Amino acid sequence: MHPAYSVIVFTTFSGAGFGLMAVLGLGAVFGRIADFWAIGAVGIALAIALAGIGLLSSTFHLGHPERAWRAFSQWRSSWLSREGIAAVATLGVAGLLWLVWTFVPGPGIVIGMLGIATAILAMITVYTTGMIYQSLPTIKAWHQPIVAPIYILLALTSGTVIAHALLLALAEGQRAFGLAGMGLLAASALAKILYWNRTDAAAPIATAGSATGLGRFGTVRVLEWPHTQENFVMREMGYKVARKHSAQLRRSSLLAAFAIPFVLILISIFGNGLAALAAAFGAAISMMAGLFVERWLFFAEAKHVVTTFYGAEAA
Amino acid sequence: MTDSSMRASGYQTDEPVVPVDTNPADEIKRTTCYMCACRCGIQVHLKDGKVRYIDGNRNHPVNRGVICGKGASGIMQHIAPSRLRAPLLRVGERGSGEFREISWEEALKVATGWLGDVRATDPRKLAFFTGRDQSQSLTGWWAMQFGTPNFAAHGGFCSVNMAAGGLYTFGGAFWEFGDPDWDHTKYFMLFGVAEDHSSNPIKIGLGKLKQRGAKVVAVNPVRTGYNAVADEWVGIKPGTDGLFVGALIHELFRTSQVDFDYLVRYTNAHWLVVQNPGGADDGLFARNADGKPLCWDKRSGKAALASAINDISPSMHGVVTLDDGRKAVPSFQLMAERYLGKDYAPETVAAECGINADTIRRIAAELADVAFRQQIELPVKWTDWTGKTHDTIVGRPVSMHAMRGISAHSNGFHTCRLIHILQILLGTIDVPGGFRYKPPYPKAVPPGNKPQGKADQIKPNTPLPGMNLGFVHGPEDLLVNPDGSPVRIDKAYSWDAPLSAHGLMHMVITNAGLGDPYPVEVLFMYMANMSWNSTMNLGATLEYLTAKKPDGTYKIPKIIYSDAYSSEMVAYADLILPDTTYLERYDCISLLDRPISEPDSAADAIRFPVVEPDRDVRGFQEVLIDLGGRLKLPGFTNADGTPRYPGGYADYIVNHERTPGVGPLAGWRGENGESYGVGKPNPKQLEKYIENGAFYAHHLAPDQRYYKHANKAYLEWAKSVGFAGNTDPIVFQLYSETLQKFRLAARGHGKVVPPASHRDRIERYFDPLPFWYAPFEGTMIDDRAFPMHAITQRPMHMYHSWGSQNAWLRQITAANRLFMSRERAAKLGIEDDDWVFVSSHIGRVKCQVRLMEGVNGDTVWTWNAIGKRAGAWALDKDAPEARKGFLLNHLITELLPARDGGYRYSNSDPVTGQAAWYDLRVRIEKAPPAEIDETWPIYEPIGSPTPTRTPDVSNFGIEFGRGRK
Amino acid sequence: MTTLPATPSAKKLGLVIDLDTCVGCQACATSCKEWNTGGYSAPLSDMEPYGADPHGAWLNRIHSYDVGDGAASRTVHFPRSCLHCETPACVTVCPTGASYKRAEDGIVLVNPDTCIGCKLCSWACGYGAREYDYADGVMKKCTLCVDRIYNTHLPEEDRIPACVRACPTGARHYGDLGDPESKVSKLVAERGGYDLMPELGYKPVNKYLPPRPRRDATTAAKPAPQEQIDEPRTAIERLFAFADKVLSR
Repeated sequence: MHPAYSVIVFTTFSGAGFGLMAVLGLGAVFGRIADFWAIGAVGIALAIALAGIGLLSSTFHLGHPERAWRAFSQWRSSWLSREGIAAVATLGVAGLLWLVWTFVPGPGIVIGMLGIATAILAMITVYTTGMIYQSLPTIKAWHQPIVAPIYILLALTSGTVIAHALLLALAEGQRAFGLAGMGLLAASALAKILYWNRTDAAAPIATAGSATGLGRFGTVRVLEWPHTQENFVMREMGYKVARKHSAQLRRSSLLAAFAIPFVLILISIFGNGLAALAAAFGAAISMMAGLFVERWLFFAEAKHVVTTFYGAEAA
Repeated sequence: MTDSSMRASGYQTDEPVVPVDTNPADEIKRTTCYMCACRCGIQVHLKDGKVRYIDGNRNHPVNRGVICGKGASGIMQHIAPSRLRAPLLRVGERGSGEFREISWEEALKVATGWLGDVRATDPRKLAFFTGRDQSQSLTGWWAMQFGTPNFAAHGGFCSVNMAAGGLYTFGGAFWEFGDPDWDHTKYFMLFGVAEDHSSNPIKIGLGKLKQRGAKVVAVNPVRTGYNAVADEWVGIKPGTDGLFVGALIHELFRTSQVDFDYLVRYTNAHWLVVQNPGGADDGLFARNADGKPLCWDKRSGKAALASAINDISPSMHGVVTLDDGRKAVPSFQLMAERYLGKDYAPETVAAECGINADTIRRIAAELADVAFRQQIELPVKWTDWTGKTHDTIVGRPVSMHAMRGISAHSNGFHTCRLIHILQILLGTIDVPGGFRYKPPYPKAVPPGNKPQGKADQIKPNTPLPGMNLGFVHGPEDLLVNPDGSPVRIDKAYSWDAPLSAHGLMHMVITNAGLGDPYPVEVLFMYMANMSWNSTMNLGATLEYLTAKKPDGTYKIPKIIYSDAYSSEMVAYADLILPDTTYLERYDCISLLDRPISEPDSAADAIRFPVVEPDRDVRGFQEVLIDLGGRLKLPGFTNADGTPRYPGGYADYIVNHERTPGVGPLAGWRGENGESYGVGKPNPKQLEKYIENGAFYAHHLAPDQRYYKHANKAYLEWAKSVGFAGNTDPIVFQLYSETLQKFRLAARGHGKVVPPASHRDRIERYFDPLPFWYAPFEGTMIDDRAFPMHAITQRPMHMYHSWGSQNAWLRQITAANRLFMSRERAAKLGIEDDDWVFVSSHIGRVKCQVRLMEGVNGDTVWTWNAIGKRAGAWALDKDAPEARKGFLLNHLITELLPARDGGYRYSNSDPVTGQAAWYDLRVRIEKAPPAEIDETWPIYEPIGSPTPTRTPDVSNFGIEFGRGRK
Repeated sequence: MTTLPATPSAKKLGLVIDLDTCVGCQACATSCKEWNTGGYSAPLSDMEPYGADPHGAWLNRIHSYDVGDGAASRTVHFPRSCLHCETPACVTVCPTGASYKRAEDGIVLVNPDTCIGCKLCSWACGYGAREYDYADGVMKKCTLCVDRIYNTHLPEEDRIPACVRACPTGARHYGDLGDPESKVSKLVAERGGYDLMPELGYKPVNKYLPPRPRRDATTAAKPAPQEQIDEPRTAIERLFAFADKVLSR
C-alpha cells in the first residue's frame, strides 16, 4: 500500500493524541495528577492538538475535504465513519475535560468522570482506527486480529511516554508514568515483533492463479499491464518495498520507537533536572519518529491482493 | 425503467436519484471511420454541436455495429493537440521543425509553382507518393494527369505480395478482395496476421467460429491477439511459412487427397505445358490456333480445349506429343513432382520451420478431413459459366487468411501463392465454408490494366495514357528504358521488381537521395511517416532527406507533405499542407480503388464532414483537386481552362466519370438515382449516401454468391455493372505462364530481355510454380552472428504511429518492450526486465526485455511504431514513447548488401518489390548496468509546429456528464 | 445507505466475459472510457494526457497473461472491471454512503456528488475495480452503464453496456445473473463460468468463462506409428492413378 504521509501522520498523531488523552484521563482518576493544573491545561490541550492534527491531516488525502462531514453518516457499516464519530465525540469530551481541568478550580469528581469518559472514548476511537485496516479482507498484513489491539497498545504507549515527559516537566517530577511507559514500550516492541512474524508467515489471500482463475492452466505471469504507466490502483496499492530495505527499517523502527525511548526513560527516571527532562522529551521524540517508520512500514509492507493481477505471485 | 418508475415499484428511496435517462445526443451522423484502414461504419453522436461519443453502425457491412479500441477513441484523435493548424513553410533547416504559418493562397501558389515547373520540363522529376491513402483512384488519376510515372501509395511496403500473389493466381486476394466464409467454415487457418488488419471483420468472424466450435489454427511466430484464442498455435519461424505450406501440399499429394474435379473445372492444372528446353516456348502453355489453352483428353486420346470441361476426361500426368510434334505435360504433373519432392517432406522442413513433422502431417490430415469428409451443401440452384446447372452449392469448409507475416518477407509472393494453391487443391475458393471473393473481385488473372509510364509516354505538360499502377502480363509491359534501366524513381516495374503492382514507396527517398536512377526535383507525399516509423534504415533516410549538394541546396530540392498531424515527417518537409481529421472531411471509398465489399455484396462508402474544422486546414483531396485546376491538368480542367470541379472533392465524387457512366461511387447513379454501377452522375448522390449511413451495399442474389469465378449469373452481373469487360470465367493459374515469360526473357527470348546482370535473378525467382527460398537477409549476412529473427506486431489499439497522439490509446501502450522466449533468454543470461542491445548488420538499438512463452524461440518481437521522436506528435519531450519506446526501423536495411558487381538490390521481394521488413536478423546482448533506463538511440528533439504546452489534465466529457444541464 | 440492501435484489445484472474468445483488442476499454467520460461518472480525467506520465481513470482494463509453460502454455487476454459483487466490502466501508448497491438490480454505484474521495473503497476491493479520479477528487467505477441500460433515448438494442455494445468478438455478455433461465446464466452453466477470487467472500455477480481445452499437439491423439513414407515415385503414381479414377467420366 502506498505509504501516504497524510495517513501516517493521521494514525501516529491521532494515536499519540488519543493515547495521551486516555493516559491523562485515567491518571486524573487513578494517578492523582488532577491536582496539577498545568497537566490539564497543557497536557490535555497537547493531546487534543495531536489528535486534531492527525484528524486534520487525514482530510488532506480526501478528494473533497469540504464534504468530510458526510463521513459521520454511515456508522452502521463503516469503520471509517465510526472512527469519525468516535473521534469527534472524544474530542468533545476531552475538550470539556480540558475546560473543567483548566478553568474549574480544585480536583473533583467531574474531572474524574470526564477523565474516564475521555479515556474510554479515546480507546474506542483508536480501536475504530485500527479496525479500518483490520477489517479489510484484501490485505493480508492488516486482516489480522491483533491489528486493532496493537493500535490501542501503541496509542497507549505513545500517550504514556509523552505523559511521562509532561509530568516530569509540569508535575513536580512525577516518575510513575515512566515506569508504565517502559513496560508499555517493551510490550509494544514484543507486539510488533509478534505482528511481523505473524504477517510474514500468514498464508496469502490469493495468488495470481486464484485471482484470475487461470491457475488451473499453470503458472500465471503478466505478459503486459493494461497500460504502460502506473494507474491509480498501482500507485495506491502496488507500492513495493525491497525485503532488505524493509528489514532494515523494521530494525530502525524498533530501535527508535521502543529501545531508545526505553533507555531514555530509564535515564530520565534516575537522572535529575534538565538531563532527565531532556531524556524524557528525547524519548517521546524518538518514539514518535520510530512510530513514523513503523507506520510507514505498516502501509508500505502491506500487500494488496489486487497486485496479483499486476504481477505479484501472491498477496 | 426510469428512477420514477423504480420508486413507484417500491424500491427503497434513500438511494440517490441516478440520471439514467439523459439524452446523450441531439443528432447522430453516420459516417466512415478512419482510425485505421478498415473503414467501419460509425455513428457520431453530437451533443450541443460537439462530438459526445462514437459507436459502430449496426447496418454497416464491415463492422455490423461493433467498434474497435481505436474507433472508440476517435474523439481523442479529433481533438489531439498534435493537429496541424495552418499551412506551413519551412524557415529553419530541414529537420529543425521551424516553420512559418502561411495562407492557403500562398501555399497553393508555392506548390503550383514548384509542380508547374516540373510538369513543363520533365514530369519524372515529381515523385508523388501518397502513403496510407484511401483515395488512390483520385490520387492515381491526378498523377496520371500530371504525367509523372512516379506515383504509388504505401502498398509496396505493406501488402503487395498478398495482392500480387493472389491476383496472379486466382484473381482475388486476402483482406479487401476476399474473406473467409465465417458463417460456414469449420477449419480456419490464419497466417501471419498483424492484429490491426481487417480488424473488426476478423474479430467478428473469429467470434462466429468460436460460437460454432470451428477449429482455428494460427500460424505465427508470436501468440498474441487473434493467435491467442486459436485452438492451435503454430509458432513458426519467420519466413518459413512457404515451406510449411509446401509440406502440407506434400502431405495432401502423398495421401492422394486433392479435389481433382474442382481442379479441372476451375484451374489450369490440366493445361499442357510445352517441354522444349532452350526454346522460346519452353514452359508456355500449349495453345490452339486461337490461342486457347489445350489439355490432353484421355477419352479421345487427343489434345482438346482445356475449357471444354463438360465433354472431356483430362489427363493430369504424362508426357504427350502435340500435333506439331512438341512435347508437353499437364501442369499438374510439374506440381506433383515439385511438392512430392524431398524438399517439401515434413521431415525435411520441420527443423527449418520449427514445427514438428507430426504436427504438419496431422494438420494436413485435418485439412483433408474437413474439406473432403465434412463437405457442406447449400440448397441453392446455380448455373456455371458453361451453362450447366447445379442443384446445390457444394462447399469444402476450410478457409484461410494471411497478411503481413507472409507479405513482408522477400519470399512473400511465392509463399502467398502457395497458400492460395493449398486452398485451391482443397477446392475451397469461393465455396461455402471456404475463401470468398468480395466484388468487384474476382478479376482476370492477371487483371487487365497494365502499368503506364513507359519512357516514350512521358512528355512535358502531357498526361500519361493510363493509370500508373497496373499488372504486367509479360516483360513487354515493364517500365524500363532500352538499356533495361528503370523508368520510375522507385524502380517499380523494372527488372529489379517486375510485378511491383503497388510501387516501392520505401525506396523513393533512398533512390532520390542517391540519384539512382535519377534525382527528383519535388517529392510530394501524403500521410506516411517516412522520416520515422515508416522507413527502413531510419538514420540513412534522415541523411538523404537533409543531404545537400555542393551549392548548398538540398539533394531533394523540394518536399511537399500533407498530413493532419505533427508527425516526425513534418519537420523534414518544406511545404506543409495540413489535412483535416476524419470527422471534418469528404472521402470516397470507391469500387475503383479499395472498396468495402463483403462476399455477398458490393459496397462503397463515403466520409462527409460531421463537424467543421476549427483550424485553417483542408482535406488533402480538396487541395489536390484545387492544384489540378491551377496546374491545368486536363482531367481537372474544363475546355475553357476553368476548374472542372469547383465544388472540390464532393463535386468530384459525384460528377467525375472514369469511363462513361462509371464514377467514384456506384450507388444511386443516374439522374434520379435509379441505377447501380453504371449511370449518369446524380446530383443528389451524396445525400443518398448520407441518408443511408454513408455507404451503399448492393446485395448479390443467392445464386450469384458462390463460385463467382465461374458463376454465370455473377459474371453477367459483374459485366453489367462494369466490374468486368466480359463474362469469361476466371481460371486459377496454379502454374503461372506470366512468370515463365520472364524466365524466358532471362534466357534471352523475346523483345524485352533483362540486362545480363539481372538474368540469374529473374531465372531463379520467376519460377512458374511457387517455391520456398530462404529470405534474403539471412543468406547474405553471417547468420551465425545474427542468429535471431526480429519482427514487429501491431497492437490492436494502434494504427501505425497515430495512436501515440491519442490521450486514451497512448495510456495503453506508451512504451514498448522487446519480447523474447523465456527459454532462449535463460540461455543468453537475460532475465525479465533486463535491458539489451539488439544488433543487426546495419545498426543497433537498446531496449528493455519482457520474457514470454508464446513466441518462437528463434524470434524476438516488439510492438510496431510505438517509439517516437521527442518533439513530434505534440508530446512532452520526456514522453515514454521517446524515452522507453524504440523502433526496429534503425536495424532494417533498405538496400541488400552489395552483390557481385557492387549493385545493391532493394531489400524487397524480387518479384513484387514488397519491402522485406520481416527478414530482419539480429543478435541480442545484455546491456551493461550503466546502460539502463532509457532506450537508444534517442535523437535530438525536433521543433514542433503545434503548441508545445499541452494540458496537465484532460477532463473531456465533463460538459456532457451526469445529467448536467 | 452503505449497508447492503435489506433484501438482496433478485435481479443481478452483470457481465459474463468469455476468456476463450477475447482477443485483447481494447474495444471494450476505450468504448467504456468514451461513454462514461461523458456519462454518469463524467469526467474520467486523464493526468498528463500528452506528458511524461500519462495515466487516467478507466473503468475497464485489459490485462494479458502468459499462462503455463512451454507447449502447454497459453496467452490469455483478461478484461477486468467491477464485478458488482453481492456482498461487496467497497460499499460497506464507505463512510459517506456515496458507495452503494442498488436494491433494484444490484448495480454497485458511487454517487459522485457525495463521495469524499477517501479511497477506502478501493482498498476494500480486491479486483482493482475502483479508480480514483485525481482531478475530480472522487472515486470512479463501472456503472454497468446504468445510464445506457435504462436510457429510453437509445434504441432498445443499444440499452446494453458500452463495452458489450462494442465487443467485436462477442466475448462480453450482459444480462440478469439472478435469473437461472437467462441467457447469461445458461452460458455460465454450460461453460463452467467462475468467480474471481472467491476467497474474498464478496460473491461477484460477473462471471468469467474459462479458455476451452486446446485442440493441438498437446491434446491430439498420439499419431499412429508413422506409416512408411513412400518413395516419391510411389506416391506420385498413386496420386496420378487417383486423378485418373476421378477424372474418368
